[in-house]
Amino acid sequence: MKLDKLIPGANRRVLRRRRAATWCAAASAVVVAITACGGGSSSKAGGKTGVGDPSKPITIGVSVSLSGDFSGDGLATEQGYQTWAAYQNAHGGILGHQIVMKFVSDGSSPTQVVTNYQKLITIDKVDFVLGPYSTLLTRPASVIANRYGYVMLEGIGGGPSVFQSGLKNVFDVSASATYQLITFAKWLAANATPQPVAYATMDDPFIKPTTDGARDYLNQHGFTSAVYKVYPLETTDFTPIASAIAATGAKIVVLGTMPPDGYAFIQDFIQNKYNPQMLVEASGPDQGAQFVKAVGAKNTEAIMVPNTWYPGSTFFQNTDMIAQYIKMFKGTAANISADVAEAFSSGQVLAQALTHNNSLSNSQLQSYLHSDVTFNSVQGPVKFAADGENAGATPYIFQWQKGKPVVVLPTGGSDIVPIETNRPAWGTTSGS
Amino acid sequence: MLITQAIIDGVLVGGFYALMAAGLTLVFGVMDIVNFAQGALVVLGAYLSYALSVHLHIDPFLSLFITMPATALLGVTIYWVLIKPIKRDRVVMSLLVMFAVATLIEGILDLIFKSNLVQIHASYINDSFKLGRLNFPAIYVYSFLLSVVLLAGLYALIYRTRFGRSLRASMQNPVAARLVGINTDRVSATTLGIGIGLAAAGGMIFGTTSAFNAASSYDLISRLLVIVILGGFGSVGGALVAAILMLVIQDVVAVTWSPVWGQTTFYIVLVIVLLIRPQGLFGRQGVRAQ
Repeated sequence: MKLDKLIPGANRRVLRRRRAATWCAAASAVVVAITACGGGSSSKAGGKTGVGDPSKPITIGVSVSLSGDFSGDGLATEQGYQTWAAYQNAHGGILGHQIVMKFVSDGSSPTQVVTNYQKLITIDKVDFVLGPYSTLLTRPASVIANRYGYVMLEGIGGGPSVFQSGLKNVFDVSASATYQLITFAKWLAANATPQPVAYATMDDPFIKPTTDGARDYLNQHGFTSAVYKVYPLETTDFTPIASAIAATGAKIVVLGTMPPDGYAFIQDFIQNKYNPQMLVEASGPDQGAQFVKAVGAKNTEAIMVPNTWYPGSTFFQNTDMIAQYIKMFKGTAANISADVAEAFSSGQVLAQALTHNNSLSNSQLQSYLHSDVTFNSVQGPVKFAADGENAGATPYIFQWQKGKPVVVLPTGGSDIVPIETNRPAWGTTSGS
Repeated sequence: MLITQAIIDGVLVGGFYALMAAGLTLVFGVMDIVNFAQGALVVLGAYLSYALSVHLHIDPFLSLFITMPATALLGVTIYWVLIKPIKRDRVVMSLLVMFAVATLIEGILDLIFKSNLVQIHASYINDSFKLGRLNFPAIYVYSFLLSVVLLAGLYALIYRTRFGRSLRASMQNPVAARLVGINTDRVSATTLGIGIGLAAAGGMIFGTTSAFNAASSYDLISRLLVIVILGGFGSVGGALVAAILMLVIQDVVAVTWSPVWGQTTFYIVLVIVLLIRPQGLFGRQGVRAQ
């Protein structure tokens, strides 16, 4: 049967659609051609070569998530880059050049992030790019940077998929996803008898490997999974997952969460009157005042979160970064998100490498970053493995104790606080 | 026991999703407009209740006496200022207008409140009732009751009042309604006001049960649209049934199998229902027959 007999006017609509498709294809071809022309020179050059005229600033492009799923972290990421640029400029810039940051918002969209980096490189012709927030966005962004011969230094996109793509231009200055909770897992395996652990994790390319890394390690050391639930990114109702975890009665809970999920789980556990002895969340409790406001100060006690940075760290330029941040954005050191430090670290490594090279060439920068050199950052030493992971990273475990986050793992440091191994009841702060 | 708990959770949470979706379906029923701003308006309602709670210490439920009329007024204004002047392709153009409204609301909220996540607090938010081994979170119970009251009120408004008759007449045949002297513009403006007022109530509940920021509207609008499609565009009862069905299916599958499959299973059910009843469970024909 012909289409127009089944649906009146269908043939005309099909023709119209074909015509529209033809126009779209033609328009796309023109855009691709223009982009290719614009990007042709960049793909060879990858930004400036040599030191250039010091009176001209160095432009650094970044796509940040100021709306959408990652908007909370995206803002902190932008602030981290802004803090670094302001600090670096106040100390002479890089090779005498002042730094101008160019931010464009991606709405947390992997499609938009591609457009943004393409535009930053081919139209805005920035000299360097730094990474966006999340593995989800870093992976496509690094492909674009690689296409045009740009190095992608980043601190907040350490999921395995970033390093498994085989790109040689990606460098993560933070601890990668799989190792984020390894400090906790190692400590637990060494200090607790094997027992069931409850897991739930967001199906996110960074968050899930974080949880899976701990789970794999613990399973190898005799622990079992009381429950293991993976939930989609768009989940807004966490009550059934929280109920499933509560029903197991597991004493240890490891959650692969982003901030809103982590807060919702805590609220659901309180409503379920479920008090795990240990509760670790991949992200959320690291958000300082935001975390406290969301779950209530009295419910934060003994909750743990991995992080690669903390305000009291004595690592390279940390006090300077905190002072600069407070000068620019007010608040206190305790309220600074780790995203700020991760973004700041990316800038620090970029500045050190360019200064050493005495060149603004992306290709020379890439070679130097691959040369087994150790850099300094507010997060500690940075030394890149062949795939771009930071082989020198030491993730910390933070625990909320009496209203503030303190470093509890790895044990042994002078400023490491003893870990609370038995969470108090919700609403109280008397841990043990 | 876990399945029973999941069903209870699904019904309770489904209730307030129905409240958020009711405005969407009502507006479509009367005006043939898919209100893409519904998610943003829910978040706006959440922020208004949050602001009243933080700055004036008004209980979130009591704040509805302020936020619902305020947002209803906003809805009426949107109609007269942005939708009524559209002379051609009103259905399509209204879609774009509401999309613009959503973007504008998100931008303004982002500007005022920044992108930090916030949550509405009250003394009873973390309370719960126990019945045997079953758990009933107080906030979900109160929210469900509020949803039932508001949806019952809406039902009474539609089927037991003079305005409701005008509204149903406008839904059935706007031209004929105008011919018999019904001011369809006034009906449409009032309907949009009611729809957005309900969004504010849903927003208050959303804000007490989840941390949110301006961007939270994206996850919401997709879910609300799915509820309205399953329930049938224009059917308030359909929205209630669809919301509860969606949440119960997702929750039961999430606890017995996987949260990922919870959503997938629901969408499979949605496709099957639409294959059998393209107009949704209680699609427009059914509504008009009432």
